[in-house]
Amino acid sequence: MSRWCRTRASPPTEGTMAIESEVLVIGGGLGGLTSALAAARAGADVRLVSYKQSTLRNASGLVDILGYTPDGDGPLTDPYAAIPALPAAHPYSTVGVSTVRDAMALFDDVVPDYRGSHTDTNALVPTHGGTLKPTARYPAGASAGLASDERDVLLVGLESMVDFDADRAAEHLEAAGVPFDVRGVTTSFPGDLRADAKITRYAKLLDTDGEVSVKGRKRPVRAALAERVGRGLAGEQRVGFPAILGDDNATEIREELGDRLGADVFEVPMGPPSLPGLRLEDALFDALRRAGASIETGNPVAEFDGDDRIEQVYIEKNGAKIPNSADQYVLATGGLVGKGVESDRGGVYEPVFDCHVPHAEDRYDWFDTDVFGDHEFARFGVQTDDDLRPTQADGSAEFENLRAAGAVLGGYDFAAEKSGSGVSIATGYAAGRSAAQEAQ
Amino acid sequence: MSDAESPPEFDPEAPNTGEDFEPVDVFPDSDDFDLRPGADSCYKCSTCDTNCPVAEVDDEFPGPKFQGPEQWRLKQSEEDYDVDDSVMDCSNCMRCDNACPSGVPLSQMHNTARGEYVSEQMSKFSVEYWRNRILSNYRTSAWLASKMPRVANAAMNFGPARWVMEKTMGITSEREFPAFATETFREWWRAEGGAAGSRERAVASRERRGEDPDADKKVAYFHGCYSNYNTPEVGKAMVRVYEHFGYEVVVPEQKCSGTPMFANGMLDDARRHAEANISSMADLVEQGYDAIASCTSCSMALRQEYPELFDIDGVDEVSSHTFESLEYLRIHEDVRDELGAADVDGELAREFAYHAPCHARNQGLNNQAVELFRDVEGVGIEDVGDSCSGISGTYGWKSEKYDKSMEIGAEMFEHMEDADGKTGMTECPTCAMQMEHGTGYDIRHPLELLEAALVE
Repeated sequence: MSRWCRTRASPPTEGTMAIESEVLVIGGGLGGLTSALAAARAGADVRLVSYKQSTLRNASGLVDILGYTPDGDGPLTDPYAAIPALPAAHPYSTVGVSTVRDAMALFDDVVPDYRGSHTDTNALVPTHGGTLKPTARYPAGASAGLASDERDVLLVGLESMVDFDADRAAEHLEAAGVPFDVRGVTTSFPGDLRADAKITRYAKLLDTDGEVSVKGRKRPVRAALAERVGRGLAGEQRVGFPAILGDDNATEIREELGDRLGADVFEVPMGPPSLPGLRLEDALFDALRRAGASIETGNPVAEFDGDDRIEQVYIEKNGAKIPNSADQYVLATGGLVGKGVESDRGGVYEPVFDCHVPHAEDRYDWFDTDVFGDHEFARFGVQTDDDLRPTQADGSAEFENLRAAGAVLGGYDFAAEKSGSGVSIATGYAAGRSAAQEAQ
Repeated sequence: MSDAESPPEFDPEAPNTGEDFEPVDVFPDSDDFDLRPGADSCYKCSTCDTNCPVAEVDDEFPGPKFQGPEQWRLKQSEEDYDVDDSVMDCSNCMRCDNACPSGVPLSQMHNTARGEYVSEQMSKFSVEYWRNRILSNYRTSAWLASKMPRVANAAMNFGPARWVMEKTMGITSEREFPAFATETFREWWRAEGGAAGSRERAVASRERRGEDPDADKKVAYFHGCYSNYNTPEVGKAMVRVYEHFGYEVVVPEQKCSGTPMFANGMLDDARRHAEANISSMADLVEQGYDAIASCTSCSMALRQEYPELFDIDGVDEVSSHTFESLEYLRIHEDVRDELGAADVDGELAREFAYHAPCHARNQGLNNQAVELFRDVEGVGIEDVGDSCSGISGTYGWKSEKYDKSMEIGAEMFEHMEDADGKTGMTECPTCAMQMEHGTGYDIRHPLELLEAALVE
């Protein structure tokens, strides 16, 4: 198996001088972006490089801290209260609960249109599968859907969007014991959209309030949609749509639909690709640009120079190797989905710097035979010292100037705990701040 | 889980690109690239679809995931499978390439499918075929027009002539044809003394900068058709800026990069031009030159599309030595430092509304102009967002695509109007046409601003 990535440098493209910064963050997801923001706000000259588009596009847009304990207890009411009892290897234990609070404050400060910061208590947000997800922050667009609200709900499914079965979701919510009546209706989206129209097609049409053809008449899409849904409304004061209600003008669309329906409109977070995830990604990149960082996306970090200390890394572009150097580095390349942690038949590895990833020798021990069982692979990732520096098997730092943040870290199962966003934000914040302090 | 049937080894991260990759001989009679690993790597997350500007507005277009991996699989599994004609609705913006978290070579798949559609399914007697062929061979029209630019400028925007072009060819009469320069870039370059003149000026610059006068700083300029025939000021700025940094510039023989040909599935035409370009650039690369393009679609073609589509001697060497003009300086010179000390007065002391072309985005260059110029005294620059301009080269020139093109562009126009600057800036000639068409703004190239800031 060719591990293209795990290579120390061959000679760079001739005559190059490195693109320099004080802090170089590798990875453009929640962990990398938070890290870069924290470092830039601490006064460092920051550069963020990212290979492909981040997994935020696949994420629901909900920002959780901790929904369940590693033993499966929950949903937790107060995630902060549960953090001190987590195992020592958990990333939250490394950074500590007050850092989690500071990191969330940074998130609240830079990302507009999110709710939940008024309380430590988890909100319960209905998902497209009809479950209730405990989450610390949620997009403003989801706020009228909270399970703690006692007003009745109508869920609207669209015939062409098979990911969201409104009837089924409503039944699930009823079965979960929500304190209100919930009902599902399914309708067709107005106009002649193709059956497999992209979420961005719906969003664009709604953003621009484009005209659609209904029974041979041209009508603005928002009015046509509201009219169609309004026919199925039976006094419910809240109406939930799949999360396709616009990209740039989401608030305006929700308000207009709400006015026309005489009800509060909310979005139900959907699976990939996800507009709320996209909107969050855009908001964070905008904030980072405003903070003055330099950003380059589209090309991988393929090699590096250095032994105890990383001297420089090389970004590969069609065979050319472009050196980038910094005083401090943050590794935020993601986990198994984002490909910051890779595996093959021989083992599990971290592809950029080959940091140690603890795992069982026999790969049949990596998983449990029960689908929803306790899988070791779910916790794969680098282990770190107290300063988030990845460590070797003997506990010593791999490199003195490399910190890790987000899903590349091991020791926690974000899918089971509902802790993915919070860990990325908290460790990103801690790694970014620490890198900035050291660089100055 | 069976260990016995282990698949051949390929890295799903970078399908079909590594040297170690050995395709299994599944389709022994085919000379085509084996794109199976690309198709296999797609896990249908649809990230590519969310990046497609055409699928956002066009209800006929099924999007990149279908055009790429899904159609590729259909082609293999059904003997008489015809490439779906919707592949001609793809504008080749290549945004999906940069999007894929799984390394699927989407634009390579689209280009090969489109090439196959045009060569095997499209009638060579159709108006569409000839319209597309004329549009994609812009260099030929421009070469002809440059022989008598004033006459051409008048004729090309002559109302009745445009009406006829619309009716008979399907070339929209909504747009103004770009003006042809009365002196091409190459004519100017010869008058300036060509390579020998450039060497003299470069040596003088090195001495002034306190560098070794014999330093090995030399680049080959791929100006493309547009800088040569339409905006020679961009080519002149490139030469002056590079000479300012002590680079000797040569301007080798060159043809069209092939970008409009890829977008129209004219792969035989594209290959002919690519062969000429590679042949002239490969020799220079061997002598230590790097190839520099000022048009981001040209650099994209040399860097990515050539090696993805053509097996030509020297193609990989040229690819790895090709750079966009600002990018190269950023890697090799302390441009940021020099710009920090510079200030711009005169004609370009303005606020700019900058649009990053899709092809710049796909090379990771979408932030560089703003990052370079935002701290320069005397000018302001603002990014107008990440939407596509909508013209995508020849796409927006086709009558049946014009409305879609403007619908895609609406977001950019709106953001341009919201920006402080009333002058546009972009690297791509056709994005510039669209920006001007939608707002009436004057559109400039970053090299022109760099020249104004740094060159005496």
